[in-house]
Amino acid sequence: MKLSENWLREFVNPELTTEELVEQLTMAGLEVDGVTPVASEFSKVVVGDILEVNSHPDADKLVVCKVSSGDETHQVVCGAPNARAGIKVPFALVGAKLAGHKLKKAKLRGVESFGMLCSERELGISDSHDGLMELPRDAPVGDSMRDYLQLDDYVFDLDLTPNRSDCLGMTGLAREAGLINSLDVQYLDIHPVAPDIDDTFAVELESGSACPRFVGRVIRNIDLKAKTPQWMQEKLRRSDIRSIDPVVDVTNFVMLELNHPMHAYDLQKLVGRIVVRQSVEGEKVTLLDGSEVELNADTVLITDESGPIGMGGVMGGLSTAVTDGSRDIFLECAFFNPKSIAGRARSYGMNTDAAHRFERGVDWQGQINAMERATALLIEIAGGEAGPVVDTVLEEQLPSSKKVMLRAGRIKRLLGVEIPWVDIEDMLSRLGFDHDRAEFDGKEGWLVSAPSHRFDIDIEADLIEEISRVFGYNNLPVRTPVTSLTMTAMPEGELTQDRMRDQMVARGYQEAITYSFVDPVLQADLDPEYQAVALANPLSSEMSVMRTTLWTGLLKSLIYNLNRQQDRVRLFEMGLRFRMEPNQQELTLENITQEKVLAGIVCGDQNAENWADRSQVVDFYDIKGDLESIFALAGEPGSFKFATTEHAALQKGQSAEILRDGRNVGHLGLLSPEIQQILDIRSQVYLFELKIDELIAKTVPKSALLSRYPVVRRDIAVVVDQVISALAIRDCVESAADDTLQNLKLFDVYQGKGIETNRKSLALGLTFQHPSRTLTDEEISSSMDKIVASLETEVGASLRI
Amino acid sequence: MSDLADIQQTSLEAAAAAEDIVALDVVRVQYLGKKGELTGLLKGLGKLPADERPGAGAEINRVKSALQQAIADRRQSLEQTAIATRLETEAIDVTLPGRNAEVGGLHPVTMVLQRIEHFFRGVGYDVVEGPEIEDDYHNFEALNLPEHHPARAMHDTFYFNPQLLLRTHTSPVQVRVMETREPPFRIICPGRVYRVDQPDPSHLPMFHQVEGLLIDYESSFAELKGTIVEFLRAFFEREDLKVRFRPSYFPFTEPSAEVDVQCVHCDGKGCRVCGNTGWLEVMGSGMVHPNVLEFSGIDSEKFSGFAFGMGPDRLALLRYGVDDLRHYLDNDLRFLRQFR
Repeated sequence: MKLSENWLREFVNPELTTEELVEQLTMAGLEVDGVTPVASEFSKVVVGDILEVNSHPDADKLVVCKVSSGDETHQVVCGAPNARAGIKVPFALVGAKLAGHKLKKAKLRGVESFGMLCSERELGISDSHDGLMELPRDAPVGDSMRDYLQLDDYVFDLDLTPNRSDCLGMTGLAREAGLINSLDVQYLDIHPVAPDIDDTFAVELESGSACPRFVGRVIRNIDLKAKTPQWMQEKLRRSDIRSIDPVVDVTNFVMLELNHPMHAYDLQKLVGRIVVRQSVEGEKVTLLDGSEVELNADTVLITDESGPIGMGGVMGGLSTAVTDGSRDIFLECAFFNPKSIAGRARSYGMNTDAAHRFERGVDWQGQINAMERATALLIEIAGGEAGPVVDTVLEEQLPSSKKVMLRAGRIKRLLGVEIPWVDIEDMLSRLGFDHDRAEFDGKEGWLVSAPSHRFDIDIEADLIEEISRVFGYNNLPVRTPVTSLTMTAMPEGELTQDRMRDQMVARGYQEAITYSFVDPVLQADLDPEYQAVALANPLSSEMSVMRTTLWTGLLKSLIYNLNRQQDRVRLFEMGLRFRMEPNQQELTLENITQEKVLAGIVCGDQNAENWADRSQVVDFYDIKGDLESIFALAGEPGSFKFATTEHAALQKGQSAEILRDGRNVGHLGLLSPEIQQILDIRSQVYLFELKIDELIAKTVPKSALLSRYPVVRRDIAVVVDQVISALAIRDCVESAADDTLQNLKLFDVYQGKGIETNRKSLALGLTFQHPSRTLTDEEISSSMDKIVASLETEVGASLRI
Repeated sequence: MSDLADIQQTSLEAAAAAEDIVALDVVRVQYLGKKGELTGLLKGLGKLPADERPGAGAEINRVKSALQQAIADRRQSLEQTAIATRLETEAIDVTLPGRNAEVGGLHPVTMVLQRIEHFFRGVGYDVVEGPEIEDDYHNFEALNLPEHHPARAMHDTFYFNPQLLLRTHTSPVQVRVMETREPPFRIICPGRVYRVDQPDPSHLPMFHQVEGLLIDYESSFAELKGTIVEFLRAFFEREDLKVRFRPSYFPFTEPSAEVDVQCVHCDGKGCRVCGNTGWLEVMGSGMVHPNVLEFSGIDSEKFSGFAFGMGPDRLALLRYGVDDLRHYLDNDLRFLRQFR
């Protein structure tokens, strides 16, 4: 909300600079988001009177004016289309400072010009540059423009929190400024306007809980052509409200001044009587801005016998609007219950000043006052005869003045400071809160009732907040919490996520963060097995479903980098993936699995380009090694197994499912050529994704006795069918050997010359050791024989000689 | 004795001329080995008359010693030459880069998250994570934000259906903890949060939050201030960092405060980063609203608590001088590699 500083100072004028006042309001919880001067810096600009306009001898678009600055007449060349004799305009004299320049006398196409006539933009008042700024006829010629329009003023842009609706009007803001500075506020002296006529218009409140008060008044014979006074226009303009006609201007002005939204109907267009009721689903109303809205069932509706004529507390209707030809009006100032207005405007995609105020709560006792103020202003500007004020009210439906308990002990406990009782009472008084000493279950304090303009005071905590605010947050003590410190548990049987991250970083991976919502088209290609959860209101179609795999986002990041000549990419990410439970259709929290995974993407060379290695493109085993280094951290690398699998995103034959003790951990593989082609990626891309939960279990180390006896190593080479996996051979050897086999190394894999096609040769290094004695040659040979025999029978191996 | 003189001369010459250790050993064996010439002479002493033996023996031994010395000297000299040669041939360029020196790096937001977690773990806070797809109850209602509450407008929410949404803050994790855990406790909840916002230099539709919650028998606004001031000074590593608390409004806390720190860019003098105010808004905080405690089954007469929340993305931006939040999600390696 924007308000003029000078206007605030009309009510309360603390001896503070603009800067100090802004700081003070901000620190009281009324955040001033911006401060802008209402006009740019200029000097020696006065109200000028154009006496005469003559054509320029050498230019069609210029005219030569005679302009009075009060005591002198000047010749000024001007190009504005609206320059004409008889209007008053801002006149910058020779020597004036304007937009940082000093104005000199000039020759324009051979005619001398002494000064300049100005548009609003040239004075920094607005962006309007259509022509000269036209001032009212009664503007005093020769007076400084700054004084005349009170341009030495600033606009405060207030960013008020939803609880402080009481400050959405100038008097509320002034009340607060007075409170902080312990100054009295010069409130408006509002007198009732005695009725000239007896006319009234009937109002019936059918939905009392939504609208328990409707203050109305008939005013006849107003002159809509009357000009709103400059001072009011200026105040409105400083609040970003355009002057329209006296009726609109006055209702807007009273809203800014007293925080009461008002509405004016054309009395001639109203039919029968006004009924305020709840809408019926599907009803339609055409609003002031011309839009037709189909209503839900929960909206407050203003109707007359012709049907709906306005959305209560939000916007009036078109059919009964005041227009150029209107002479008689019916003015409304109502109280709508916040609960009945909250969210309604937004649900229709609207946001109005009225709804903003009503949904936060306006003073439910101020309507008559606002009506009198508006009547007086309107009659002063546009004439007319007022009827009596009619207050249609359902007293029992109005909010009541709540009595709230406030315990001294509670204040001390919550704020951590003992504030003297007299100070607390003084603060309550300054806030305008009635209070009486009271006792609650033996605890001393006060029974406090908040004034009707404070909608936010409901419970004790609301009062303690007020006390702390007036006391000053920064005057409250600062204390480090003192409680018994228990040590945080750090289970050693769990691998931490930080450790996993560190390991990825050590292996050369850069951590990425990608969006959780992704492109459904790409994701369907990558992960057709899982149903993605779709957003109802996505930012774009490429960000419309939740990721079922982190690969969708990582591939986008890869492409981003490849497009920027970053050819060697290693990225990892840790985060949730979101999958609908298989065979579930209903979208509920229970049916969505939100699982944290560690995923990665790799492409480019094995090592960064360097002098020592030939560049070699990364392959499956590079990435597998990276993953195994993480598995090794868990202290039980043997519990992880890689099994050949098929996956929509991965190339057949280069994709593995990773299992831990038989449970699925995730996948590693080469991006399938089809998807590579779709994404137009030239290099091979490896992807992996692992469930964090399956990586966590870790063995607490247990030290074993070290054998003092010699180790014996035997190497053998066996030839097996190509389809026999290294894992099968390992399993076979391990089950055939006894405890003395300490280590089994696969140190060569060979295919080619000397080996039949479809067969491969594997070189195995076996290390034997006994914990308590030296093994004999015979024992080792016997073990080896058993192992070889088992390899022959189990996996069809033949010993290679 | 001319034999001995010959042997002396030729053997010493041979030792001196040996070109390597092997040749030198041949010389040693030739003269000093079991069947060597000097050894032979010593063995032949027995054939001499008894009275000549001591003199002849001494002569032979003198020659033997001289030869042993000569061989040792030559050996040393040959070894030194060999080492010198080796040093020369094996010299390398130590300025060439080492192998496999490349490491990756953490995302700047993770760096800040870890830092925050570290500080709070140190004073007994547990780190708790929770779901990012949430229900309306945990994200709003349990936090004193009923349907149509004006403050909901500050949370532009991504919805799946009227009941399911992407959490707009990590407060629902706190609700879940309050529902299940007996106070007193202290926790922080880091994680991703979502708001409907087109990405621009200062907004992202997905960002991070760390929210803290302490519930205890006696906890006060003074302790909230103490906790926050201490954290911010530790985080920015500035003992004298100015911190101020501004009254504000959050439906789930009361009293509520925005926390500003003196601009870390200009030391409060006013600059582009702080919009010339000298202050940076870094946190929201407050005493937990009694309704929120009661919603989750905690007796608000018996317990009180405070809560605070901050944005690691913005803190990373301030700490590392990042100029545009969108860098965080582009994952441009040239950007990411700056963070180690």
